[in-house]
Amino acid sequence: MKHTISVLLQNKPGVLSRVTGLFSGRGFNIESLSVAQTLEQDVSCLTLVTSGEDTIIEQITKQLHKLIDVIKVTDMCEHDNVEREMALIRVKAEAHTRAEVLRIIDIFRGKVIDVGPKSYVVEVTGKASKLQAVIDILRPIGIQEIVRSGTIAMTRAQKS
Amino acid sequence: MKLTGAQAFLKCLEEHGVEIIFGYPGGALIDVYDELMKNDKIHHVLTRHEQAAVHAADAYGRIKGSVGVALVTSGPGATNAVTGIASAYLDSIPLVVFTGQVPTKLIGNDAFQEVDIVGITRPITKHNYLVKDAEELIPIIREAFHLAKTGRPGPVLVDLPKDVLATRITYPELKPISMRTYKPTYEPHPGQIEKACQAMLKAKKPVIYAGGGVILSDSNVELTELARKLNIPVTMTLMGLGGFPGTDPLSMGMLGMHGTYYANMAVANCDLLIAVGARFDDRVTGRVDAFAPHAQIIHIDIDPSSISKNVRVDIPIVADCKHALLAINSWFGRSKEFNGDECMEKNRPWHEQIREWKIKHPLGYVEETDIIKPQFVIQKLNELTGGDAIITTEVGQHQMWTAQFYHFNKPRQFATSGGLGVMGYGFPAAIGAQMAAPDKVVIDIAGDGSIQMNIQELATCRQEKLPVKVAILNNGYLGMVRQWQELFYNKQYSSTVMEVAPDFVKVAEAYGAVGLRALKPSDVEPVIKEALKINNTVFMDFVIAREEGVYPMVPAGKATTEMLLV
Repeated sequence: MKHTISVLLQNKPGVLSRVTGLFSGRGFNIESLSVAQTLEQDVSCLTLVTSGEDTIIEQITKQLHKLIDVIKVTDMCEHDNVEREMALIRVKAEAHTRAEVLRIIDIFRGKVIDVGPKSYVVEVTGKASKLQAVIDILRPIGIQEIVRSGTIAMTRAQKS
Repeated sequence: MKLTGAQAFLKCLEEHGVEIIFGYPGGALIDVYDELMKNDKIHHVLTRHEQAAVHAADAYGRIKGSVGVALVTSGPGATNAVTGIASAYLDSIPLVVFTGQVPTKLIGNDAFQEVDIVGITRPITKHNYLVKDAEELIPIIREAFHLAKTGRPGPVLVDLPKDVLATRITYPELKPISMRTYKPTYEPHPGQIEKACQAMLKAKKPVIYAGGGVILSDSNVELTELARKLNIPVTMTLMGLGGFPGTDPLSMGMLGMHGTYYANMAVANCDLLIAVGARFDDRVTGRVDAFAPHAQIIHIDIDPSSISKNVRVDIPIVADCKHALLAINSWFGRSKEFNGDECMEKNRPWHEQIREWKIKHPLGYVEETDIIKPQFVIQKLNELTGGDAIITTEVGQHQMWTAQFYHFNKPRQFATSGGLGVMGYGFPAAIGAQMAAPDKVVIDIAGDGSIQMNIQELATCRQEKLPVKVAILNNGYLGMVRQWQELFYNKQYSSTVMEVAPDFVKVAEAYGAVGLRALKPSDVEPVIKEALKINNTVFMDFVIAREEGVYPMVPAGKATTEMLLV
C-alpha cells in the first residue's frame, strides 16, 4: 500500500543524502520526494511517497526517526490529510487542437503558463489520480514533455 | 587565551577523560600530532594500520566501559578505518573516530589524499560531522561523545580539515548538551512492564535471550537477579556472552547457528521468550518463521527500530535494559501474586526437559591422542586462566569454538566482531583490551588465516610492551568457509587452502616477541603455561586437526531445530 510520509528535518548539508541513503541502503523504495524549507529557517519538510507492507512502513518510520537530524516523522495515512502534486505538461497545440486543449485544461482547473506557436505548457495541480487523468486525456493530442513534482501533504484541521 | 584548533581538540579530549587514543599520523593531521608530543595527559598508541587503530579503540572502549577514540589521517587513512567503523556500528560500540581532511578551501577539489569520508561512512556511523568552521569544532566534538555513548551506542566520525586545526579559537565553556532531535528513551513504560511481568508469572516454559545490550548497559547484575528469582534459563548471543555467568546452572550458552543443541531446542519450544538487548540477527534466528514459534515474545531494546524488525514482538519495551530490568525486578519484589516456591514448581518440568536435552547432546567433540583438537585448546585456555582472561577473537571457526568452550562469567571480558565478522579484529582488539586492563591476561584466539590480516600489529605490541598472547588455531585452511564447502559445495575447497603460510614462531621472533609451537595434545598445556609466564607478546602456534568442524550447526536458511550435530 502507498504511504505518504512527512519528515521534518534540520536544514543542514548532507541531510537529504542521509534520508535517501537510508532508503537505498535498506532496500526501501521512494516513489516521489519533495523537500523545501518550512516557516523555521533551519527546518525543512520532506514529503515522500513509498509503498510496502505495514511492517516495512513501520521500519521506514522508525529508521527515519533514528537519524539524528530528523525532528519528526508523520505517516500521513494515519491522519486525515490533503495531498497535492503539480505537473507541467508541454502539449502539442496546433491550429485544430488549440481550443480543445484549452477546454480540457479548463475542466481540470489547470492553467496555460507558456504559449508557443505549436505548443502550450500547462500547469495542473491535484492528487496524483487527477494528474494521471489529465495526462491520459491529453496523450492522444500529443504530449511532448512532462515534469511532475513529488507529492506534498498536510493534515486537515481537527474537527471539534 | 586563544588556542589553535589542534590544541582545543586535545583539550576537549581531556575534558572527556580520554587518556589513550589509537591512531596513525599523516599530512592532514600534523598539527594535532605536533601538539600530542607536548601533551603528557593523552597517550597515543601508534598502530601499524588505521584499521587496527579503530579495532583497538573499539575493544578499549568495550573492556573499559568507556568511549574509545581513534585518530587517522585523511584519504587512505580514513578509508582504511572504514572496516573498523562498520564493525563498531554493527556491534553498537561507543567510539569516536577523528579523521584528518584537506583544508576547507580544497574540499571537493579531488585534492591529494582527499576523500569524502563523511559520505562514505554515512551508513556505518550513528552520526558524522564535517567541521567547516573552527568555532564549531568543540561543540561538535562534545556532541560526538554524547551521541557515541548514549541511547544505542555507536561510532561517530568527526572530519577535521587541516585549516580548522590551525585556526585560533576561544575555547567555549562546557554547557549541558541538549539536542532537539535526539532524546533516547531510557525509562520503560510502566504499562508494558506490567504486561511483561504478568506474562512471566504465567509462563511455564520461559527463556531469556540476552544480547550485547546487557553488556553495553551494564545490566548483568539485574539480569542475573531476574533469572535466578524466577528460575528462568538463559541463552546468550555472541555479543551477550558474559552478560550472564556462563558456568551458572541456568546458562544454556550461546544460541543460533553454532549455538548449543539445548539452547536452540529451548527457544524452539518455549512459551515465553524474553529478549533483552538482542536484535534477532539471522545467525540467531535461522529461518524466521520457525523461530520461537510457540512463544509470546517480550523485547527490551533502547532502539525502537530493533523491535519487530525481523520477528513479530508481542510485548515491546523501549528502554535501557538496566532501567527495564530494574523495573521488572522491583515489580516482582512487591508483587503479591509472585511466590518464589510456586514459580520453581511451575517451571520444574521445563527444567527437566532442558536437562534431558543437555544430556542427549552436550557440547562436545571427539578427543584424539595424537592430534590437537581446537576445542581442547580452548578448554585448556579456559582452565589455565581460571576463566578469567580477557579474550578477543578474529572471525571464523576459532571464534565459534571460543564462544562454545570458553566460559565467560563476567561482562566486558570478551571482544569479538559479532555483526560485521571482521577477520583481523582480534589482534588489534587485544592491544586495546590490554591497554584498558594492563593487569589482566589478554588472549587473542585466532585462526591462521585471520591472524595474517593484521599481523603487523606485533610491532605495536612490542612498542607498547604489551604481554598480549595470541593462540593461533592453525589448520592451514580458511576453516569456516572450508566447512561450508565440505557440507554444501561437494568438498570443492576453492581458495580456502592456505598453501603458503609463514612460520608463526619465526614471525613473532622477527618482531622481538616470543613464538611457541604445539604439535601434539601433550604440548598444549606446557605451551599455554609457558606463554602465561612470559612478560612479552607471545604467539602460540597450535597445529590442530585440519578438518575439524564447528558443531552443532544450523545450515543457513534452516530452522534452528534442524541442527547438524557432532
